Amino acid sequence: MTIEVRIPTILRPYTAGEKLVSAKGATLQEVLNDLELNYPGMGERLIDESGLRRFINIYINDEDVRFLAGLQSAIGENDSITILPAVAGG
Amino acid sequence: MSLPPLVEPATELSVDEVRRYSRHLIIPDVGMSGQKRLKNAKVLCVGAGGLGSPALMYLAAAGVGTLGIVEFDTVDESNLQRQIIHGQKDIGRSKAESARDSVLEINPYVTVQLHEVRLDSTNVMEIFADYDLIVDGTDNFATRYLVNDACVLLKKPYVWGSIYRFDGQASVFWAEHGPCYRCLYPEPPPPGMVPSCAEGGVLGVLCASIGSIQVTEAIKLLAGIGDPLVGRLMVYDALEMTYRQVKIHKDPNCAVCGVNPTVTELIDYEAFCGSISDSAAEAAKDSTISVRDLKSMLDARDRGEDDFILIDVREPGEFEIVAIPGAILIPKGEFLDGSALSGLPTDKRIVLHCKVGGRSAEVLAVVKGAGFSDAVHVGGGVLAWVTQIEPEKPTY
Repeated sequence: MTIEVRIPTILRPYTAGEKLVSAKGATLQEVLNDLELNYPGMGERLIDESGLRRFINIYINDEDVRFLAGLQSAIGENDSITILPAVAGG
Repeated sequence: MSLPPLVEPATELSVDEVRRYSRHLIIPDVGMSGQKRLKNAKVLCVGAGGLGSPALMYLAAAGVGTLGIVEFDTVDESNLQRQIIHGQKDIGRSKAESARDSVLEINPYVTVQLHEVRLDSTNVMEIFADYDLIVDGTDNFATRYLVNDACVLLKKPYVWGSIYRFDGQASVFWAEHGPCYRCLYPEPPPPGMVPSCAEGGVLGVLCASIGSIQVTEAIKLLAGIGDPLVGRLMVYDALEMTYRQVKIHKDPNCAVCGVNPTVTELIDYEAFCGSISDSAAEAAKDSTISVRDLKSMLDARDRGEDDFILIDVREPGEFEIVAIPGAILIPKGEFLDGSALSGLPTDKRIVLHCKVGGRSAEVLAVVKGAGFSDAVHVGGGVLAWVTQIEPEKPTY
């Protein structure tokens, strides 16, 4: 299924500035694979060899996937995904 | 979730104070009791910059009795686009003193305590001990983790906010009642991966949007009214003009507030966050030239006695503000994704520079890794160039 993914400012160089993009997948892993396919380089910014990077949070609707099933979290038809990296500006 | 008031009420408000705070006093949820609690409250603001400016001004106006300010910096002209607690006449002054003067101008009943030091592991516990609540207006990861850990260890609420370009985030971290900052972001990003406001910019008024959320939450906690922003992350998008909320769970595996914490005392936060990655530091070692060296090289190149390519790795908007003559622009991202490497000349030495030297050191590591072993970068970047070589040019 196709769902909407909200891209944070610092990753928009990969999506040519697009804030909302579509991606396909039944799990978060599949969605991220699809994002990498369409926006090469983005996957590496989100995931390292040990999984989701510790300063990147991904939410399915308003739930942090680290408290769901991580990269194996299931994606439903009306779900939306938000990627939120840590920023420190003040 | 509602929480009991953080502060006991002061014994009384003077006639003058009643007159000053009358618009608060006639709100039933605040009333005399709430205002007396604010009078008795001691709030510490870490930083008197973008977020600290509106936070301190509204905390002062609201009648918080004691305001502490941690700030070691001086006011720079480039601060004034957003740091509204300072003015034109304050350029060059201590930010702490400038902020104190503004606070007392807004409300002479506030007691201001200045801490003109760089907050670190050796002084944070002593400074925080006196205060009921900490408002975070800092601009770097190291200080944010330091403030979080100190607040967890001291069991104090931590009112947090963060800004970048048009986006802001805010929350209240309080391990006694919910998650801490490490539950939200267990580790900082590696140096160079997330740009700072100095690199990426920030809409000035965004500070007010997020700073006002922080003050609202501080007042609610002090007076014990409403539902605090504990366990929730507020995400503000100024371009869409939307506020969205996501949940923050208390992480049972959290390093500092979890079931079996591994951080039980303060650590070395500069080492934890790093200001420059290990690979960049290694690459820059023995491969850093000064702006004066660069000037000599450029002069020699003009005379046909030297040949090299000078690459500015900043963003196009920065290049437009000020640039070193003879530099070509290839933003850092094009090195990180590898796309710039194939276009680099193999018969010329590569010289890299950025704004102050951090990004060019990161790119230097990539370029050296790709086989350009004689590449160098310019320490201090374009800012050092302007200061030492072309002082008539602008800085930012």
